[in-house]
Amino acid sequence: MRSWLSDSVIAAVTAAVVLLLAGTLGHAQTPAYRAPRTGDGKPNLNGIWQALNTADWDLQGHAAAKGPAPSLGAVFAVPPGLGVVEGDEIPYLPAAAAKKKQNQANWTALDPEAKCYLPGVPRATYLPYPFQIVQSQQNVLISYEYAGAVRIINMGAPTKAPGDSWMGWSNGHWEGETLVVDVTSLMDSTWFDRAGNFHSDALHVVERYTPRSADTLTYEATIEDPKVFSRPWKISMPLYRRVEKDAKLLEYKCVEFAEELLYGSLRKKSSN
Amino acid sequence: MSRRLLASTAALAAVVLVALLTQAPAAGQTPASATKATTVEKAWTPPHTPDGKPDLQGIWSDNTLTPFERPKGLGAKEFYTDQELAELTKRVRGGRQGEEVEGAELGAANPQAVRYDLELYGFDRTRLRYTSKRTSLVVGPEGVVPPMLPEARARNAARAAALKGHEFDSYEQRPLSERCILMNQIRIPMTPGANEGNLLQIVQGPGYVSLLHETDHSTRVIPTDGRAHVPQNIRQWQGDSVGHWEGNTLVVDTTNFTNQSAYRGSSDKLHLVERFTRAADDTMVYQFTVEDPTTWAKPWSAEIAWTKTKGPVYEWACHEGNTMISTILRGARVEEEAAQKKGK
Repeated sequence: MRSWLSDSVIAAVTAAVVLLLAGTLGHAQTPAYRAPRTGDGKPNLNGIWQALNTADWDLQGHAAAKGPAPSLGAVFAVPPGLGVVEGDEIPYLPAAAAKKKQNQANWTALDPEAKCYLPGVPRATYLPYPFQIVQSQQNVLISYEYAGAVRIINMGAPTKAPGDSWMGWSNGHWEGETLVVDVTSLMDSTWFDRAGNFHSDALHVVERYTPRSADTLTYEATIEDPKVFSRPWKISMPLYRRVEKDAKLLEYKCVEFAEELLYGSLRKKSSN
Repeated sequence: MSRRLLASTAALAAVVLVALLTQAPAAGQTPASATKATTVEKAWTPPHTPDGKPDLQGIWSDNTLTPFERPKGLGAKEFYTDQELAELTKRVRGGRQGEEVEGAELGAANPQAVRYDLELYGFDRTRLRYTSKRTSLVVGPEGVVPPMLPEARARNAARAAALKGHEFDSYEQRPLSERCILMNQIRIPMTPGANEGNLLQIVQGPGYVSLLHETDHSTRVIPTDGRAHVPQNIRQWQGDSVGHWEGNTLVVDTTNFTNQSAYRGSSDKLHLVERFTRAADDTMVYQFTVEDPTTWAKPWSAEIAWTKTKGPVYEWACHEGNTMISTILRGARVEEEAAQKKGK
């Protein structure tokens, strides 16, 4: 009786441990999904993708909040989200933490997104707009709907940036199923989100795009910037394929939506 | 005997190739272009992508000395002879900076241009070149854009009149290029101008061809799966492009332009067909036909031979660095204020 009980307890515990381990492993990295191949035998990442989260509002976990335009009521209020930062902590150096707070307090006036500026990396990935991967042997082009932003990822021998730019300089390579992109030479003028999270021109981003099913990718970005952060930190999120028939990026030339904000005060006063 | 046959076959192939390079008909003239397209395959087989499509990839420049419209004195002459072309090229290259040469579009080598790259922008005159024997980029016996219909003239005149006296009222009255919304270098159809940044990078993936202009990072990702255009009520600055392959030629059809995207005075009825055919390892023949029954009595076509060039394509962030609009508007407000003070 007792031995039967202890046997079944042991069995149950073992089963639980196995389940737990399997669960943990499964969570850490989706095992063994093998993506369809392109003509040259690489994992096929071609398609139109989009993040489905609130990372552009705030990379970190956040509750719902009143939006920046109370006159619009619940429209454009801040949606809640669990966050995409590993450990939910962004390791700011003390001075940088103060600047982040200032940014957040003056968000609408300072956020480059409000001005329709190029979003930089990784923000381009999780803006609430789709983007398209066009994968060839020599290059991978990523076209983003927001602001018509675009990147060319060089898949050949790594090259050096001719200078700093908004979207940075991308060298890519394959690690098994994963497209790994090393991004350098990013300007200090972009932000990570609407919560004022920012970086300097020392930013170095390593992105990993891993197929996890036919219509989802895992996107991870390791962020390193010794002028702003005390250690590298990481975000991760799934990306979803836009599976609608004939899905297509449309024009979102947001310049025309930012002009009133940028130049409205210089409008001619009506003369009467 | 067999050697002679071989030689004459080679000669014939060369003639066909030259004829093709110089005379490949523009889009719209379907029967002729279909025959010629077959000849392209025989003359030179382009490389193919892993999924079996003609490989158009690379970085291309549309720089050429060939003027857009034919110089008046040439009448119906569509092509120069080799000798004429050599003489013209020699005159251009030997000329002084800023010197005009009839029959040559000096582009960036014109006196107003301010450039910072010798090869692309024409300061190194030894690199100036005609990329085909055409006397003008516009094809056909006239070699010029057909005259605008009266209704189109009226439409454009009304727009200009409405703007007159209000050019500096607000950003809305400034040209689209100044606002970094639609810079002249990125307008489609693509035509060479006295411009910097006239590089185009082509990247192909399965079912898509993407065209990235260096200027203002303007990108078109064109589906080649035969799908229809997006609904007509969706209007875009650069229209809506769909593509398909005809032999070795990529054919791209674009409609759905806005009524402000006017190309040479066109309306939102503009219909553009572009054809991309690689004619050699370093040459792409780009042909286009524009049609707009509210602007021209008939469609017209042009052809430009592009040259493969080296990169990299730089990031061109126009809007992010735009201090022009605010400077211009501020200047206008300051002037108004001064005039008002003076008047009091």
